[in-house]
Amino acid sequence: MAARGVQQLKQVTSQHEGFLRHAGFRWLKIALTVSLLAIVIYAFDDVRPRPNGGSAYGYFLGTVGLLLILWLTMLGVRKRAMTRGRWSLKSWTSAHVYLGLALIVIGTLHTGFQFGWNVHTLAYVLMMLVILSGIYGITAYAALPRALSNNRGETTQTQMLDNLRMIDRQLHDAAQPLDHRHAEMVRMSLDDDPFGGGAWARLTGRYPRCGTRRAQAAVRAETGPNPAIGDDPLEKIDVLLERKEANLARMRQHLRLKALLEVWLYVHVPLTFALIAALFAHVFAVFFYWG
Amino acid sequence: MADAYRIAIVGSGPAGVSAAARAAQLGLSHVLLEKTDHLSDTIYKYQKGKHVMATPSQLVLRSDLDFDAGKREKILGTWDEQAAAAGISVRLNAEVTAITGVQGDFILTLADKSQIRAENIILSIGTQGNPNLLRVPGGHLPHVQYQLDDPGEYVDEHILVIGAGDAGIENAVGLATDPAQRNVVTILNRTADFSRAKDANVKGLFAMRDAGRLTVMPETAPNKVEPGYVTLDTRDGEARIRCDRIIARMGSAAPRGFVESCGAEMVDLEVKGRDGTMSIRKGPKPGTGIVFSSPDREAYPKLSPQFESAVPGIYVIGALAGYPLIKHCMNQGYDAVEFINGNTELKPADEPILENRFKNMPRRRSVDDWLGFLGDNVEILGGLSPLQMREFMLDSDVRAYRIGETVFEKDEPGSSLFAIASGSVEVSLPNGKGIRIPRGSIFGEVGLISGRRRGATIRAAEDSLLVEISRTAALKLMAQVPSAKRVVNRISTERQLLQMFGSGLTPEDLREVTDSAEIMTVRAGQAVIKENDTDTDIYVVRVGSMVVEKSIGGKPVFLSYLPAGSYVGEMAVIDGAPRSATVRAAIKSEVIKLSGEAFRRLIDAKPDLFDKAKKDMAGRQDLNAFVEAKKDSFSTVVDMYSSIANFLVDNGIGEATDVLLIDENLCVGCDNCEKACADSHEGLSRLDREAGRTYAHLHVPTSCRHCEHPHCMADCPPNAIHRGPDGEVFIDDSCIGCGNCQRNCPYGVIRMDKVPPKKPGLLSWLLFGAGPGPGEPDKKWSYKHADPGVEKPKKAIKCDMCSGIEGGPACVRACPTGAAIRVSPERFLTVSKLEKGDA
Repeated sequence: MAARGVQQLKQVTSQHEGFLRHAGFRWLKIALTVSLLAIVIYAFDDVRPRPNGGSAYGYFLGTVGLLLILWLTMLGVRKRAMTRGRWSLKSWTSAHVYLGLALIVIGTLHTGFQFGWNVHTLAYVLMMLVILSGIYGITAYAALPRALSNNRGETTQTQMLDNLRMIDRQLHDAAQPLDHRHAEMVRMSLDDDPFGGGAWARLTGRYPRCGTRRAQAAVRAETGPNPAIGDDPLEKIDVLLERKEANLARMRQHLRLKALLEVWLYVHVPLTFALIAALFAHVFAVFFYWG
Repeated sequence: MADAYRIAIVGSGPAGVSAAARAAQLGLSHVLLEKTDHLSDTIYKYQKGKHVMATPSQLVLRSDLDFDAGKREKILGTWDEQAAAAGISVRLNAEVTAITGVQGDFILTLADKSQIRAENIILSIGTQGNPNLLRVPGGHLPHVQYQLDDPGEYVDEHILVIGAGDAGIENAVGLATDPAQRNVVTILNRTADFSRAKDANVKGLFAMRDAGRLTVMPETAPNKVEPGYVTLDTRDGEARIRCDRIIARMGSAAPRGFVESCGAEMVDLEVKGRDGTMSIRKGPKPGTGIVFSSPDREAYPKLSPQFESAVPGIYVIGALAGYPLIKHCMNQGYDAVEFINGNTELKPADEPILENRFKNMPRRRSVDDWLGFLGDNVEILGGLSPLQMREFMLDSDVRAYRIGETVFEKDEPGSSLFAIASGSVEVSLPNGKGIRIPRGSIFGEVGLISGRRRGATIRAAEDSLLVEISRTAALKLMAQVPSAKRVVNRISTERQLLQMFGSGLTPEDLREVTDSAEIMTVRAGQAVIKENDTDTDIYVVRVGSMVVEKSIGGKPVFLSYLPAGSYVGEMAVIDGAPRSATVRAAIKSEVIKLSGEAFRRLIDAKPDLFDKAKKDMAGRQDLNAFVEAKKDSFSTVVDMYSSIANFLVDNGIGEATDVLLIDENLCVGCDNCEKACADSHEGLSRLDREAGRTYAHLHVPTSCRHCEHPHCMADCPPNAIHRGPDGEVFIDDSCIGCGNCQRNCPYGVIRMDKVPPKKPGLLSWLLFGAGPGPGEPDKKWSYKHADPGVEKPKKAIKCDMCSGIEGGPACVRACPTGAAIRVSPERFLTVSKLEKGDA
């Protein structure tokens, strides 16, 4: 029984590896081998007057790099095309990450360390930016899911929004007996768009003009000097605002983490297309004007 | 003078209307009696615009009225029109209160005391029109109602809803939803828990209560009803509250008392009251009137193949006869009238289907001959009536096997039961030997009972005819025929023991142990063995699963998980020591308890068995020693593992056969699993990633667990839910959209929805932005792009484990980070995970 358990354990854990550890770091090993090989050949390849992209090895590296970039781009299609067959997006992601990193070596060696203010270096810079944004993506994917899970507990995003709506309804009901001035305070919270404030607020989770906080401050200023004897409708409002504030904090943290997990794609993907455009310009330029 | 007719038809549902139409067509004098002021009250009461399905699709409709799937209004309209055109004589508002007399001269007494005479009677009253009534003083008052058609009708009222089943909760919530109606709604529940209602409904109710929209009163029952007020018995004594309207939703039952007294001789019977006192009441004399198959609440009247009840001249058809589907009802209406008209040659409408069942048989015989042959040769089918036999064969299959042909392989999934009508089969044992199972017996019962994979390979030992009985048909059979249930239980116990103890044993050797066997039901969490006790009984897990725990430092540590088919407790017999661990049920389970004494004598007599048992035991002792050794160095790991295992068992993993788990250390929330699911299945996702329980970053999303004994299968009118070849539980195209499975699923994984229109291809979305993109299209897009004029029905949608899709479950394949995994509980709940130290 114990022996069988160990056998099963191996199957379970292999299923349970994340994309970075996939298949015992298979793609990391492949990428390292490819990079090392590329460096060694580069070191022994005696190109005169100096190493450049136009040598035989340079052309080879360029071709490999170009094909690799096009293939890496295909992850976006693979992810969305739910075709049949024995493929796993996890192994694609794993290969995408490690081969993408290997591109640093392949691309840099292809330049032969010749840089200038031209379309060729533009393509190189774009490639490095895409890779940098990708590295941010890897760190975000490694660090943030745990925080996202901790923050939401077992509540779904829809439930969080429902909770907020419920508190708003209760606030609305509780505000009925109030006079106009106090009702205006509650309106500050009810009329506020709690998630407005643009991309910066979304990414930092800071909402300096939060209506609920202002409403609570106003209510507190009002009730502060009075003793809490439990018959003031404003006290109930205060409790509700407190609850809304806690719910808002959780929801904003949720949105912030989700935004942090996604924001890099808004750099990564458009730059990839810019990179491909620049690459074609680079290849066109090389073959039609240089050669 | 009462009117006299050849046929009186009681109840104008699909069965009754169809019968009347046939009678009109044949020119027979007839009358159709309907309690309400319109035809087909059950369908009339469906909510507005409901899509009515026409299943089973392979059954031909034989009726003078048309019926096809469509909207409630259209179907009712067609019937009204065609009934009028056919010249059916209908009497509305005619509730029959008593039927007396004999064939040729029945007297039907109506609620208005008028009488109708008829030579024959067709009872097609169904079971719906008979809600359980409020039996308290004032319960008859006009403001007590048993139906709520439109919650929007009532404003400014104090409304009391009685009954906290789904219907009651939905009504209460509906009445309180719109605060502008200013209704004061209270809902009563006789008990403290709300177990009869669906979880989502209960949560919705509690949310409304918490928001102050309505009052929930548990452990409360009505006591007295007066206009404007109601008195309640609450936990803390009587309470009188304002009440303008009472909506009683306390279920419905077949009007059995009425049916039993039809044509019966009434005598004084002694009746035992609830409080134990005896009283004298009028009742049918035993042996007269319509006879039911058993005293169970769900039993149906005993009928001849011509639907004739125990009273000659009274025919019972439709839901009351046990056929709730509209097509069956309409066909039976037609048939019953033909039979009454003397057309005894008429074959039932299911004849072509049954002929098809026997088409490939080596011998040619008529359907009736085949049914007789099976009934005579198969032990468990002995007690079936011809009508039950027909119905049974609709759900079953007969096949001929050549000698040596494989019936099923070991470890194949399958939950059907096989019976041997002729020939015999052989069970292949691991040691290469075989056991012969003779004609008349059954096999495959382990899969049926436990829901687990097949335990052994079975081959035909000679040319044989085998009946394959689907799980639902087998369960129905066992419920209807007690003798069949006894046979199945006896054989299954004996087989399970033989299989477990294995080599060289015969049923004779086991006789003493088998005789000591006792089948026990164990509730979830209940312990069958307690650590340090000194009893020696052995337990075989028959249904469900158990967990083994050992108390270390005062805390229970999860040792292992025992699926159905395993046995436990033999260590105490062999080494005589006290119990080394506690064994408790993970879910509601059934165990076979065997006497330890008898087992002791068996192993004394059979040294082979003793050696085998000792070998099995060694493995477990190692495990115990391992945990003991690790307990200091790895105590936190052990703790963690135990609590995760317990969390999973609490979330139904104990009854799962395959479950989707998400590691939230890896999940980036991209929802690609849901999108992949939708794109692999007609555009509807069968999983909700975000919902569900989480513990220590292990998340159990709302997605099917493919239970051993699927709760969803329990009550599916068209029998559309099956277990497929890979162990998946799936719903086929015959789904009628009734929503029973959705309500029965304790994990909320079934949704009712329409299939959205087809999306433009991926490339046109990527390049030109056409369509809604990958994943489930939103409701707005679906609505806008739906085929105009075509009303698609809502059907039950659930995970089918991507059966038939190469590469396996799309959710796992499409997870970019490896967070989504699918596991079966035996593989996941093993203590050996500790050895990695990363549980």
